[in-house]
Amino acid sequence: MKKNVLMQGNEACVEGALKAGMRFFAGYPITPSTEIAETCAVRLPRERGVFIQMEDEIASIAAVIGASVAGKKAMTATSGPGFSLMQENIGYAALAEIPCVIVNVQRCGPSTGMPTSPSQGDYMQSRWGTHGDHPVIAVSPSTVSEVYTEAVRCFNLSEKYRTPIIFLMDEIVGHMREGVEIPDAETLEIINRPYSDVKGISKTCYHVDEGEWVPRMLPFGEGQRYNITGLLHDESGFPTNDHAAAKKLMERLMSKISSNYEDIVRVEELLMNDAEISVICYGGTARAVKEAIFEARKYGVKAGMFRPITVWPFPEKELYPHLSRLKHIIVAEHNNGQMLLEVQRAAERSVTVSFIGKIDGTLIRPEEILQKINEVQHDKNQ
Amino acid sequence: MIKTSDLVFRTMRIDHLPHIWCPGCGNGILMRDVAAAIDNLKLRQEKVVIVSGIGCSSRAAGYLDFNTIHTTHGRAIPFATGIKLASPELEVIVITGDGDCTAIGGNHLIHAARRNIEITVIVFNNNIYGMTGGQYSPTTPAGEWGTTAPYGNIDRQFDIPQLAADAGASYTARGTAYHTQQTIKAIQDGIAHPGFSLIDCYSPCPTYYGRKNKKGSAVDMMKYQRDHGVPAEQYAKLSDEEKTDKFIVGKLSQNEYPGYTQLYQQLIERSQERSQKKVYL
Repeated sequence: MKKNVLMQGNEACVEGALKAGMRFFAGYPITPSTEIAETCAVRLPRERGVFIQMEDEIASIAAVIGASVAGKKAMTATSGPGFSLMQENIGYAALAEIPCVIVNVQRCGPSTGMPTSPSQGDYMQSRWGTHGDHPVIAVSPSTVSEVYTEAVRCFNLSEKYRTPIIFLMDEIVGHMREGVEIPDAETLEIINRPYSDVKGISKTCYHVDEGEWVPRMLPFGEGQRYNITGLLHDESGFPTNDHAAAKKLMERLMSKISSNYEDIVRVEELLMNDAEISVICYGGTARAVKEAIFEARKYGVKAGMFRPITVWPFPEKELYPHLSRLKHIIVAEHNNGQMLLEVQRAAERSVTVSFIGKIDGTLIRPEEILQKINEVQHDKNQ
Repeated sequence: MIKTSDLVFRTMRIDHLPHIWCPGCGNGILMRDVAAAIDNLKLRQEKVVIVSGIGCSSRAAGYLDFNTIHTTHGRAIPFATGIKLASPELEVIVITGDGDCTAIGGNHLIHAARRNIEITVIVFNNNIYGMTGGQYSPTTPAGEWGTTAPYGNIDRQFDIPQLAADAGASYTARGTAYHTQQTIKAIQDGIAHPGFSLIDCYSPCPTYYGRKNKKGSAVDMMKYQRDHGVPAEQYAKLSDEEKTDKFIVGKLSQNEYPGYTQLYQQLIERSQERSQKKVYL
């Protein structure tokens, strides 16, 4: 049965994760994500799950990967400085194909920055923070309701593609309280990672069947013995210096995400059908953008909002159909221009792209966006 | 007495042998000691997890025929913590090195010891960074040499079991590549102990540590272990002067502090009572 509750974004993240089956959380206190750890500390033991406060963020992500290897759906939550610390092990989870969810409630940076001020400065870090090449799925919610449903989707994507998922929240949605409609449990799809029934020693634990994307190893302790490593490995799970085996592994890691783009990518389009000016934004920023769009429409300006919910991979295929009609794109984000680079790449100079951003810890206000829309509208008419 | 070959066939991945370690390295002997200890305890293969970090020591995980995971540098202990908490019925054993465990992983070592989580940490301690070619580690004695200590090492060394015990480990012991029987016993007792166990095992590295510090051949380094490692009861009888160049082989400390997963289980039960009373906190 649907239920309406007043909830904070960080709390909704935990409730969504629990609904998805999360039964292990390891974390370290850091503003503005701490309520996620605090809520997990209350909720998980009651679900007979595990909450542990680790000695730092590196240990937190390590414990999460360990728990996932043992078969638990596992999550950690942090903010900028802690997210930086986690990078090496996020790369490990990507290469070793260990499902897990990493929540980053972004705060103003760099360094210790302004811990209680909003930011979206980790957009690029969420894609390129680790060393080496691997694909990334990152999801950014803009309302507390969406935090709940997208937390469920993050776990589903993580299990399905056996990959770490970055749940890229920001201080705006993390600390906001608003009414949430908790969906009916039956309407939520819950996906669990695929398993094989091989018992005993498995020499092909990283083998992937035709038509599938991920290996089907069992959790540790369930009778299938194999090796996991962060070294490039062949299908046996053991390190290899064979370049053909390395190529095969790396290409599969890339293609398991790129080939399933349609399944992974999700966007919200608001009044985009006839839009000539589009504001592209994500996460908490969308709240001000929506207001500005409705206001602009009152004045007859054909403005629309294009909001990636899946922010990595960048939803360029969803943007392409609009490009021939659009006269101007405004990218609005709380940083110095990060998704801007992706939009410019996707638009390929066919549409003028301008930018509105904040890096001082303040919020982009609807009137500032409206003013920008007026400016570009004026340019368009000249 | 079982034949070596039987043990190796039962506990190791034969098709991945021979191992990569240098001639004269103690790691192969210590890996066999770990296998023998597990075998003596008659643990079911599918219920044993070997977690390793990065470095010479950590290659052991790949050769052992259990659930094995070769993790990132310094992080084997928190990976192991996650596995143990997720599945307390698993026997989780960490194989690590002196650099992996006490330099980059030092913080994790003391906190896992403080929690007294029921994992067994076995340090293949060769007093040097071997994989990268002979840099000084936290267990290279002051005054000795490494490629990054060309004018002599001025850092003091960690006494790893002492460090772990002071942080809360409820079982600590020392082994060596030479003292095989004592080392197997120490590892066996460590695994059987229901708390955080650490067994610091000296492993001769004739290639880097030995050569850099004029310790002689691999055989000379083994003789040093033979002549300087003594059982605790014998050590206790030595004069202070005699003790200066001797070290204890075997158990160093043990206590009965409750293990972390046991305490966590009690915490779950407490939370259930609150849940029934329908109170949030």
